[in-house]
Amino acid sequence: MDYSQFGAMLPELIILGLFLVVFLFDTFSGDGSKRFLTPLTTVLFGLATIAIWILPSCDMEVFSGMYVNDSACKAMKAILNVGVFIVFLQSAKWVESDEVAIRKGEFYELLLVTLFGMYLMISARHFLLFIIGLESASLPLAALVAFNKKHYESHEAAAKYILTAVFSSAILLMGLSFVYAFSGGSLYFDDIRQNVIAGEYSGLLIAAIAFMIAGIGFKLSLVPFHLWTADVYQGAPTAITSYLSVISKGAAAFAFFVIFVQAFGPLFDHMWEWMMYAVIIATITVGNLFAIRQKNMKRFMAFSSISQAGYIMLGVMAGGIGLASMMFYIFVYIVSNLGAFAVISSIENNSGKLLMDDYDGLHKTNPWLSFAMTLAMFSLAGIPPFAGFFSKILIFTAVTSTGSMALYMLVLIALINTIISLYYYLLVVKAIWIKPGDAKIDSFKSACGEKIALWICVAGIIFAGIVPCIYEYCVNAVIG
Amino acid sequence: MDLSMLWYLVPSVIMFAAGVYGFVTRKNMIALLISLELMLNSADLNFVVFNRYLFPDMMEGMVFTLFAIAIAAAETAVAIAIIVNIYRAVGNTDINSVKKMKY
Repeated sequence: MDYSQFGAMLPELIILGLFLVVFLFDTFSGDGSKRFLTPLTTVLFGLATIAIWILPSCDMEVFSGMYVNDSACKAMKAILNVGVFIVFLQSAKWVESDEVAIRKGEFYELLLVTLFGMYLMISARHFLLFIIGLESASLPLAALVAFNKKHYESHEAAAKYILTAVFSSAILLMGLSFVYAFSGGSLYFDDIRQNVIAGEYSGLLIAAIAFMIAGIGFKLSLVPFHLWTADVYQGAPTAITSYLSVISKGAAAFAFFVIFVQAFGPLFDHMWEWMMYAVIIATITVGNLFAIRQKNMKRFMAFSSISQAGYIMLGVMAGGIGLASMMFYIFVYIVSNLGAFAVISSIENNSGKLLMDDYDGLHKTNPWLSFAMTLAMFSLAGIPPFAGFFSKILIFTAVTSTGSMALYMLVLIALINTIISLYYYLLVVKAIWIKPGDAKIDSFKSACGEKIALWICVAGIIFAGIVPCIYEYCVNAVIG
Repeated sequence: MDLSMLWYLVPSVIMFAAGVYGFVTRKNMIALLISLELMLNSADLNFVVFNRYLFPDMMEGMVFTLFAIAIAAAETAVAIAIIVNIYRAVGNTDINSVKKMKY
């Protein structure tokens, strides 16, 4: 075996090395030096992020084509890394709190392992590697959801998450075994692509595709498979909720695109175009309608993230340019959603309040947090000068550029839903700025990490749309 | 005796359906886990049967099954740990006792 192949897996090796450093430091450091763990991990991870951004991508297929690290995969990993870095920054204060501080090493280790699994998912071109990546991304997350040992909600959320996660992966495996019957004995994406062209469209293949959409759709919380989302987001620690809502969703969306366009691309017209059509409409609409009636901010963000997942999946309908605009959408979604979560978690850490009514008159006591929250909500809703507007318009133009009438209708429905979403995003803004009465949350100073995270998010929200370099980076990565 | 592929595929589908039925109807979380194991194992059985009958000179399905069994074991371990936590918190493993968060 040629061990130099591992050289192509540099991003994975960096994350694995970081994991080992954190693990060894956590195990062998004395009580006095434990307090350096959080800054050490954050700084090292920041360096790893920069390294992955500037590393040249090698268009190599290694392990006989099982693993690919082309420029699109590298760009996606870099985008995810930015998100994880922001999560590290905003969770620093929670990690140092009395209840969690003794286990903070585990928090970083588990988080890094899930990131490693997501990297494998993104780069996999063989279903075995994909399944291993998917499971190593979702199992440690169940442990992280249960991280707040003293809170009952955390256990309930973890039980709901792990049971539905295993159920969905069983369905995914069943669908995969049906696909295997058509694949000519090989589970490489390219081999499957060639063999499903040759095979005829049978009921078994339709069942297989539907099972696979269900299995991966669970990770993305697309609508018929979304029922776990709100409960898990509400019960999990806020840092994990923000991680679940952006990073794991982004990685799964990219993997979904690669699988369905590369392995099942020839079946697009006949089969999964219409399945995805229905799923996307249901996802955007149901997510929006349920978000309107939520009072708890974490549940509210859960339903908002369901409907955003629908917008992300629009990219799947549009081929190569769809992938570029999907990656840009994920980047913008990461900065906007993490901006909102940074405000939510900083308010929760300082006052323990999570309900939307508690945010009444927030601008009187915490003007900067109110400002950041307003920008994040405007960006999620897609109001023009902010990044969310550009990401939506780019993904809509990518979908309509295919020219099919059905896809125009899909974009129209998505547009109408954007207007509905404006209503509930502005409910938060209204609570913060307009509602009369005294503020229910006292004035407080955010921790240093939270401040940096918020500044990164606000900069991303303002500049990612106006400055075209990030979108160009995505387009160059996909089209080359 | 010459068994056709159907003799294996039909039991596998029955196993899968039994798993789904059990997952929906059972109230005890351990029973839910057993149902999930049934579903995972029926997928593994499918892989082995397809490999043996359709592609007898290749090994990919068998190798995949080995990995899938290991992953299923890991999933069960994490799930059991979480169920133990639930048991400590509420005193039983009934699915009806974990319904504080709804709608």
